[in-house]
Amino acid sequence: MLTIIDDPAHITLQCHGVWTLPNLAAVAQNLELFKPLKPLRWDISQITELDSAGIALLQLYYRNFENQGVVSELVGTNGTHTKLYSLLYKHPHQDAPPVKIHSWLHNLGREGYENIQGVGKFLAFLGEAFVLLLYTLRYPGKIRYHSIMVHIYTTGITALPIIGISAFLIGVVIAFQSLVQLQKFGADIFIVDTIGISLTRELAPLITAIVVAGRSGSAFTAQIGAMKMTQEIDAMRTMGFDPFIFLVWPRVFALILVMPLLIFFADLIGIFGGMVVAKAQANLSFNEFLYRLKGALAIKHYVIGIVKGPFFAFLIAMASTYRGFQISLNTESIGHYTTVSVVNSIFLVIACDALFSVLLTELKL
Amino acid sequence: MSSQPIIQVQDVVTAFGDTIVHDHINCTIHEHEIYALLGGSGSGKSTLLREMILLQRPQSGTITVLGQNIATLSPEEAQNLRQKWGVLFQSGALFSSLTVGQNIELLYREYTDLPANLINELVKLKIDIVGLPAHARYLYPSQLSGGMVKRAALARALALDPKLLFLDEPTSGLDPFSARQFDTLIYQLRDLLGLTVVMVTHDLDTIHHIVDRFALLGEAKVVAEGSLEEVLAINHPLIEYFFQTTVQTSHQKEIHGIQS
Ligand SMILES: Nc1ncnc2c1ncn2[C@@H]1O[C@H](COP(=O)(O)OP(=O)(O)OP(=O)(O)O)[C@@H](O)[C@H]1O
Ligand SMILES: [Mg+2]
Repeated sequence: MLTIIDDPAHITLQCHGVWTLPNLAAVAQNLELFKPLKPLRWDISQITELDSAGIALLQLYYRNFENQGVVSELVGTNGTHTKLYSLLYKHPHQDAPPVKIHSWLHNLGREGYENIQGVGKFLAFLGEAFVLLLYTLRYPGKIRYHSIMVHIYTTGITALPIIGISAFLIGVVIAFQSLVQLQKFGADIFIVDTIGISLTRELAPLITAIVVAGRSGSAFTAQIGAMKMTQEIDAMRTMGFDPFIFLVWPRVFALILVMPLLIFFADLIGIFGGMVVAKAQANLSFNEFLYRLKGALAIKHYVIGIVKGPFFAFLIAMASTYRGFQISLNTESIGHYTTVSVVNSIFLVIACDALFSVLLTELKL
Repeated sequence: MSSQPIIQVQDVVTAFGDTIVHDHINCTIHEHEIYALLGGSGSGKSTLLREMILLQRPQSGTITVLGQNIATLSPEEAQNLRQKWGVLFQSGALFSSLTVGQNIELLYREYTDLPANLINELVKLKIDIVGLPAHARYLYPSQLSGGMVKRAALARALALDPKLLFLDEPTSGLDPFSARQFDTLIYQLRDLLGLTVVMVTHDLDTIHHIVDRFALLGEAKVVAEGSLEEVLAINHPLIEYFFQTTVQTSHQKEIHGIQS
């Protein structure tokens, strides 16, 4: 491939054989380490096959050595070499300056600034959504009833199994843990109060919201993102189909309608989970449990749990559709924004729940 | 031009559900030739190309590429074969999370042990020969125009100096001048690097200027195969339609009729 002949006057780089991409690694590594101290002679007359990688290698190291101040000459070129060279190196060699890499301080500052801006952008998004909502309310014919139905089905009906299982397990876990403590005082019967209140007021809404955020929120983001990547959203806009009316509000409405129902479902299954454990561990029959529940569970706890539903739904649907619109034209951003959307949704749900707690406590509810 | 077959398609049948796209078709592509697949929209050109590059299997028939029957390849053989060709997809198919430079670099990093300096030189070289400006290597695919995407995708297809190049509509979406430049580039690369080029094209100029032989697909068959003169000598409505020998005049009459 490459023989280095050290003559007194100069060094000859005798190139021979097949100079194509698969065979060049050794030669390139040799030349990478080679430090010529005498004038160089590249003899390429014995190269039998040359491709663009071979030409690039010759050109690169010839140029490098010359830049190091070594006098170089090229001998043994033939017509094919010259033609290939002039095809591949039509333009004089030039380096484009690489894009600047910023310091971490710059990145930190920009990140912070963008996050603050993000809040503003989200508010702008909500604002635009509400303006278009008022507009559609004036023309009820524009409401996408069919689309709402489809989303009710996919976010509601198909979510029942996973929400059922999660709620049942939460009921079981709470019942087990509370019974251990309650039995110490012989207060087994209070398991009913514990289950009834904690589930309907706090746990069922939260669990439901978390499952919905993970399941439907991520789907919303990915769907809208994919539509953005294929320019479907641009196409919709040009045809006068506003994405807020066609994509955002149907999802938001569907989720707002579905969430209280899902929470109700989770209430039932969760309490049932508690009943099963109470029967197995504390010998409390289903009848007794239900009788006690009637007295212990004030209706307000149940209502508060259900009322949280639409609020959680609104936050999840808005955050995830908003993130969907932020997806840019590369595949990685789908993954990124889907993750961000789920994290945001769950955070917003928990923050909203905390707000509810404070408010309701102040209101003595 | 030597005439050893590089790709041989024999009796290939392809169907999607009930629609038959290829009904026992045959064609032969020789070494060092620029071969085109021609045909109307939906005539199965891209599908045939996909079958040649192992992305899809025909229902029956055999395809031989570089002397190997591609239906019976072991995974290693398939992998080796894939390194011998470069593919330019109809929509570019650049990796959108990588810059143009990284799209090309990826292949060198995966398949060669070249030092970083030389990889860098090669990336610059490929970007330059397809006619992209030097700073394009730092751009992401979403920042390129349609024509630039085509060029970047060609640069990636040429990265490993393949002997066989598959191009799906290389000149569509380019301005006429760039399209001719593209043609010239492919022609010169074929001559100097000894490539064999298989392309899907609708561009009659490309057919006239650089294509050696082509197959015209229509009605699920190969209607004609050969050089331009050979095909034009055949009398078939599809050939007339494609090369506008009679259609053009009647079309002009129609237009004049509307005007008057
Ligand atoms: N995955 C698929 N499933 C079902 N049908 C398909 C599929 N891919 C292609 N087809 C059908 O096969 C036929 C041939 O498609 P193909 O993409 O090969 O056309 P083409 O000749 O490349 O057209 P164009 O010039 O528009 O690119 C079309 O009728 C198309 O509808
Ligand atoms: Mg096609």
